[in-house]
Amino acid sequence: MIAIQELLIFNSVIFAIGIYGALTRRNTIGILMSIELIFNSACLNFIVFGKYLYPSLLSGDIFVLFIITVAAAEVAVALALLLCIYRNSKNIFIEKISLMRG
Amino acid sequence: MFELTATVLLCPLAAFVLITFFTGKSEKISSLVSMVAMAVSLLSSLLIFALILSAPGDYELKIPWINILKDLPIEMGVLLNPVSSVMLMVVCTVSLFVQIYSVGYMHNDEGYSKYYSFISLFSFSMLGLVIANNLLQLYIFWELVGLCSYLLIGHWYHKPDAANAAKKAFVVTRFGDFGLLIAVIFLACKTGTFNFLEIERVIGSGILSPAAVTAVALLIFCGAAGKSAQFPLHIWLPDAMEGPTPISALIHAATMVAAGVYLVIRTYFIFDLSGTALSVIAIIGCSTAFMAGSIAIVQDDIKKVLAYSTISQLGYMMLALGVHGYTAGYFHLITHATFKALLFLGAGSVIHSLHTNNIWEMGRLFKNMKVTAVTFLIGGLALSGVYPTSGFFSKDAILIQTLESGHYVLFAVAFLTAGFTAFYMARVFFVVFLSKEKFSGKHPHESPAVMYVPLILLATLAVGLGFFSEGFSRLIFFGKINEPEHAVLIPLLSNLSAIGAIVLAWAIYQKELISAAALEQRFAFVHKFLKNKYYIDEMYVFCVKNILFVVSNAAGWFDRHIVDGAVNGAFYLTSSAAGALRKLQTGMVQNYAVGIFGGVILLWFFMNMMK
Repeated sequence: MIAIQELLIFNSVIFAIGIYGALTRRNTIGILMSIELIFNSACLNFIVFGKYLYPSLLSGDIFVLFIITVAAAEVAVALALLLCIYRNSKNIFIEKISLMRG
Repeated sequence: MFELTATVLLCPLAAFVLITFFTGKSEKISSLVSMVAMAVSLLSSLLIFALILSAPGDYELKIPWINILKDLPIEMGVLLNPVSSVMLMVVCTVSLFVQIYSVGYMHNDEGYSKYYSFISLFSFSMLGLVIANNLLQLYIFWELVGLCSYLLIGHWYHKPDAANAAKKAFVVTRFGDFGLLIAVIFLACKTGTFNFLEIERVIGSGILSPAAVTAVALLIFCGAAGKSAQFPLHIWLPDAMEGPTPISALIHAATMVAAGVYLVIRTYFIFDLSGTALSVIAIIGCSTAFMAGSIAIVQDDIKKVLAYSTISQLGYMMLALGVHGYTAGYFHLITHATFKALLFLGAGSVIHSLHTNNIWEMGRLFKNMKVTAVTFLIGGLALSGVYPTSGFFSKDAILIQTLESGHYVLFAVAFLTAGFTAFYMARVFFVVFLSKEKFSGKHPHESPAVMYVPLILLATLAVGLGFFSEGFSRLIFFGKINEPEHAVLIPLLSNLSAIGAIVLAWAIYQKELISAAALEQRFAFVHKFLKNKYYIDEMYVFCVKNILFVVSNAAGWFDRHIVDGAVNGAFYLTSSAAGALRKLQTGMVQNYAVGIFGGVILLWFFMNMMK
């Protein structure tokens, strides 16, 4: 049996890597992937706490299913936007996409 | 009678409008329009005078003008009484003669039409000033004549001297006008009206404290001193001689400069209540008369001599008013208007033929210009107060009045000044008309008839007016009729001193028995002092440099550094704060995300601390 602490540390590491990636990557695809990592660490957290606190209930797992669905939809929208931006500006670097800046 | 007044007033105004907007192109028509308008005004003013003469008294016409202030109705109106009707005649007469004379004098001048349009505007303003029935209206016309004076002094505005003289005249008289404005406002606030007759009634009932009356009287006198070139505001008049000579005759000898004296006469009911104010007027008038009379002795410019003489005579008028010589002062104003206009026009005739103002470049003009010389002589004798010219009657009335009122010092100074007057006029006459020829290569000739006929007419007036002095004193008086005393001693003495001064001038400048140069050497200090006009211009420059400029520099520093500093500081603070804060708004989503994440961490950190 793996201890809950080890799992939580693992989750935290994934979360930290995700945050780091989201804040530092210039490539928009990279940022999206990092955000995916943050989602996944959150999902894992749900499962870990669900199993440890209420082993008989499936509430944690169901929440994760919802998150995966929403995340998939979100990524679809994000990628669609990104494609549009790429078509317009031939560019997916985040600091170049500043058309809305005053 | 009021229809006639409207004619008097509106004819010159119509002429001004016509010349300015329609006939400006044609010089002949312009001058004709102006002169016809003035002639109609003169006729009307004569009729008005005849009507007033048949039934002396105050005739007033009032029209409500502005009724915004409930307690202070503002009206336009006309006040006709012996005082204003006489002044109307004087202004119209001198203005008409000057306009006729100008046809010859301003011949071939490029600003000919402009000259006539301004002279019409001036006549309108001056007539309006004379018949105004309230202080506000008087003040408006007062400023209008000042404006016309400015425009006409600066007639040859491309000459820097003329432009500067015009500016100086305008600015210096503004000093006095400021006092007058305060007096007008003060009186309006205290009495609730601008109307002369009502103010007289209200003040007569003793609503104002003696100190307030004195203050008002002195403030009014301040305005009068500016216009009438009294010490220390006289400095603009000699410079105003840069204007055309007929203008000097009309504005700076006969009419506008007399407006100050006229103002004091119009508001004499205020002065009469304040002995202090009267003493101030008498002393300032007397010292002005003496100072200007002594300066006139050493002037080389024929017009400057006449200018200082004008200042001196205005001083006499003020002196007369200051010693209760209401009638004498006003009579001197009238006679002075005629003979000083005559002298200026005569000087203009000489200048016209020789093209110089310097008396030392003239000489022996009598044989070339007989009419000018004789009329100038008559004017000079009238100014010197020699019997039987009009100046004799008016000046001696002032001297007698001064002596009777018990001002012995003022009398002595005025008497001495009368000697000065005779001396400088004789000096000018001998040097210009009788002594050796000092011009070479020039051929002076008598001026055309348009110029010498007005001279003859004015000379007739200058001699003849004196015989109306008794009728005048019965018509114009303040309080009770001041029957002229038939004193013999003072007229005799003053005539003797005048003749003595003339003989002295004859000995110095005609026969050269006494060398003028030696006298200058002997009294070098006095001569220098007089030559530099008592250093009054220098005193003004000193005051401006050492007081005005220091104060204004300090004020300027305060304004630039403290006031502007506060404003600029507020601006600088805002803009630098904005500059610093705008760096936060990078437009980069990731930077915001760092902020959010950092914020969450900080929040977590603080919540741990709180536990």
